[in-house]
Amino acid sequence: MPEPLSDVFNVLLVGVGGQGIVLASDILAEAAMHAGLDAKKSEIHGMSQRGGPVFSHVRFGARVHSPVIPLGEAQVLYSLERMELLRWADHAAPDATAVYATTDMLPSGVSAYPDDLDARIADTFPHVVRFDNREMRGKLSPKVRNVALLGAASVLMPLPPDCFDLPLETLTPPGTADVNRAGFALGRQIALAQLAAMGALSAATGA
Amino acid sequence: MASRRMLSGNEAIALGAWEAGTVVGCGYPGTPSTEILEALRTFPDVYTEWSVNEKVALEVGLGASYAGGRTLVTMKHVGVNVAADPLFTAAYTGVNAGLVVVTADDPSMHSSQNEQDNRHYAVAAKVPLLEPSDSAEARTFTRLAFELSEAFDTPVLLRTTTRLSHSKGIVTDVALDVVPERHPVGIRRDPRKYVMVPGNARLRRLEVEARLERLREAVETHPANVVERRSPAVGVITSGVPYTYVREAMPDASVLKLGIVHPLPRRLIEEFAASVDTLYVVEELDPVIETQVKAWGLACHGKDLLPEVGELSPQALRTALLDVAATPLPTAGIAVPPRPPQLCAGCPHGHVFTVLHELDVVVSGDIGCYSLGVLPPYHAMDTLVDMGASLTMAQGMDIVLGTGDRPRVAAVIGDSTFAHSGLTGLLNAVWNKRDGLYIVLDNGTTAMTGTQPNPLSGERMGRENSSALSYRALAAAVGVPPENVAVVDGHDKAAITTAIADLIERPGVKLLAAVSLCVIEAKDLRKVGKYDEKRAWRELELLPSGAGHHA
Repeated sequence: MPEPLSDVFNVLLVGVGGQGIVLASDILAEAAMHAGLDAKKSEIHGMSQRGGPVFSHVRFGARVHSPVIPLGEAQVLYSLERMELLRWADHAAPDATAVYATTDMLPSGVSAYPDDLDARIADTFPHVVRFDNREMRGKLSPKVRNVALLGAASVLMPLPPDCFDLPLETLTPPGTADVNRAGFALGRQIALAQLAAMGALSAATGA
Repeated sequence: MASRRMLSGNEAIALGAWEAGTVVGCGYPGTPSTEILEALRTFPDVYTEWSVNEKVALEVGLGASYAGGRTLVTMKHVGVNVAADPLFTAAYTGVNAGLVVVTADDPSMHSSQNEQDNRHYAVAAKVPLLEPSDSAEARTFTRLAFELSEAFDTPVLLRTTTRLSHSKGIVTDVALDVVPERHPVGIRRDPRKYVMVPGNARLRRLEVEARLERLREAVETHPANVVERRSPAVGVITSGVPYTYVREAMPDASVLKLGIVHPLPRRLIEEFAASVDTLYVVEELDPVIETQVKAWGLACHGKDLLPEVGELSPQALRTALLDVAATPLPTAGIAVPPRPPQLCAGCPHGHVFTVLHELDVVVSGDIGCYSLGVLPPYHAMDTLVDMGASLTMAQGMDIVLGTGDRPRVAAVIGDSTFAHSGLTGLLNAVWNKRDGLYIVLDNGTTAMTGTQPNPLSGERMGRENSSALSYRALAAAVGVPPENVAVVDGHDKAAITTAIADLIERPGVKLLAAVSLCVIEAKDLRKVGKYDEKRAWRELELLPSGAGHHA
C-alpha cells in the first residue's frame, strides 16, 4: 500500500439532512484556508439527500489534489448521528478518531438501534470522543451541536485554534457568532477531557 | 481588494463568467448545475433568469449573444438533450458576443435518471469543450471559454461534473471592485450568417469544418492543455476531476492534462505517447479520448482496466491500475440499515400518492421530489423517464390499453416540470381526443433543486413578483371542458380524494391541480418575510376565477 500523502489531513463529516453538516464542513475548510493551507471539500446534494445520508469530505495540507478522501484515509470521522458513523467506517484510517453525538434518527422501518451500539463503536474505532446529548442538556444548544462537535474534532487537527475565529463569525447565521464560538470552545474542552481520560491524547493528536 | 475564497466549482464558474464580461445568464435548474446562476445573480449588472426549459434558455442566450451580450447558459446533462436543437445549429451561425453553455454531468447519477457523457455532444455538434479539474480552473477555464467563443466565433461547451460543481477549493485573487470589460452591444444584421435556410446553412456547414480545423491547430498550444513531465515510465492522459485522482494515486506519473477535450491536440498527444513507456487514458464514463487516441494508432490502456460506469476515485485508480486494494476498517459486525430518501415530513404530495395507491390506477410519473412516490410507503408510480413525459406516456399507454375494461391511467407532474414540457403534452392529449387524469402537484416552486421559482410560482428569479398561470384559464384555452378541471388545496386530503374519485370516472382529458406550499420553501419564505403573501396568493388559485397577474 503506498503511503497516503503524509501532509494531507482528512476529515469526513457525516449525518442526516438538516443537521448542519454542510455548515460545519464549510467552517472547517475555511479555517484551514485561513491557516495558510490548501483545502478542498466535497459533498453531494440532490435527490438522495431528501432524508437520506449527508456527508462532506474536508481535506487540507500543503497541496490537496482529490476532493474525495480515499477509503481508509480519514483521520477524523465526525458524525452527528450514531448509526451514520458506522455507515462510513470504511473511510476511516487505521488510527482514526471518531467524534460523534448520541443523536438517533431512525431510518424508516427501524424501531431501535442495538443496545450495545456505543460499545460496538468503541470496538470499531481506535479513539472515540462521544458527545452525550443528555449530559449536554442545558449546557449546549442543540442548534450549535454541529459546531460544538467541530470544536471537539479540532483538537485532533494540525490547525491553530484561532484559524476558526473568522469562519465561526462569517459563516454562521447573523447574530449567532457568540453562541457558536461558545459551543466550539465547549466542544474542545469535552474532547480534551475525554481523550486525556483515555490516555489517548498524544496518540490521537500526534502530539 | 484581492482575496482568497473557498468557492464551489459552480460559484467559480459564475465568478469567471462575470470576470469575462457576462451580461446575461439563463438556464433551467438541474442538479448539479443550479448554483451557477444563483451565484451569477449576486454580481452587479448581470441579467439572470430561470427560463421555462433548457431549449428556451439556450435560445434566449443565443439571441443575447447575437445582440452583443456575453452570455452564460447553464443546465444539467439531460438538459442538453432538451437544448440540443438550438445547440447544433448555433454551431453553424456562430455567435457575436461570447456564448458559453455549461453542461453539468452527473457520473454515478447522484441526482439523475441517467449517466450520459455529454462530451459526445461536443463531437456531434462540432463545438469546443473545456473541462476544468477544480474550482480555480473552473474560474479560469470559464474565462478561456469566452475567449475561445469570440476568437473562433462559436458556442463553447464547458463541462463540469457533480464532483467539481459541489466541491469547494481555494480561488485566489478574487477582486470584486473591478468593472469587467464587456462586448459592444449591437445586433449584426447578416442573414447569410444568422438565417439558416438551406442555402445559407450549406455555406455555414463548410465554415463549421474550417473552424474546427483552426481549432485543431489552436489546441496544440492552448494554455489549457498542459504536459507535466515526471517519470517517463508511466504517462497518463486525463482531464477534469479525474486529473486530481491521477495526481493522488499516481504521483510519479507524467501527465498530459487536457483542458480542452474537443477537439483533441493530435501532435501533443503523439509526442506525449512517444515519451513514455506505458500510456494510460484516465477518463470518467465513456472512452471519448481513448477512442480517438487509438484511432490515431497509439497503444494505450483505458477502459480495458477502468470502469465505464460511475465516478472514478483515487481508490478506483489504485485498484484498477496499481492492483492495490483498500484496507477499510472492520465495523464490529453491525449491519447498517439503509436510509432511503423520502418525501419531507408534512410534504403535501403524499396525499395524492396515497389516494392513487388506494385506487390502484397506473401512475405515469415525472421528474422532481415527487418521484419518491415510487418508494414506500406510497408505491404509487409505475413509470418515470424524462421531463414532461408523465402526460405523454400516459397517453401512449391509454392508446394501447384500449377503451374497454382497462386499467385507468393517471399522470403526476410537478408545477415546474409541467411548465417545462408538460403543457405541450396536455395540448396533444386534448387535440388527439385522449382519455386520462393528469394531476399537477403544484407546490409553487422547483423544490428538488432548492426551491427556484417557475412560471406557476407567481415569482421569477430573485423572488420578484411576476405572472402566474391559471389552470382553469389554461384548460379552457386548450379545450378541456370546465367540468373536467379541478383545482384543490393540496393539503386537504378529503378534497383530493373527492376530486380524484369524481374526475377519474369522466371521459376525456381531466386536469387536477393540487395547490400547496412546499414545506422547505415555507421555511425560507418565513425568513424573508414573504410567507403570508405567497400563501395568500396560492389560496387565490383555489377560487373559481383562478390566479392571474400579481406583480
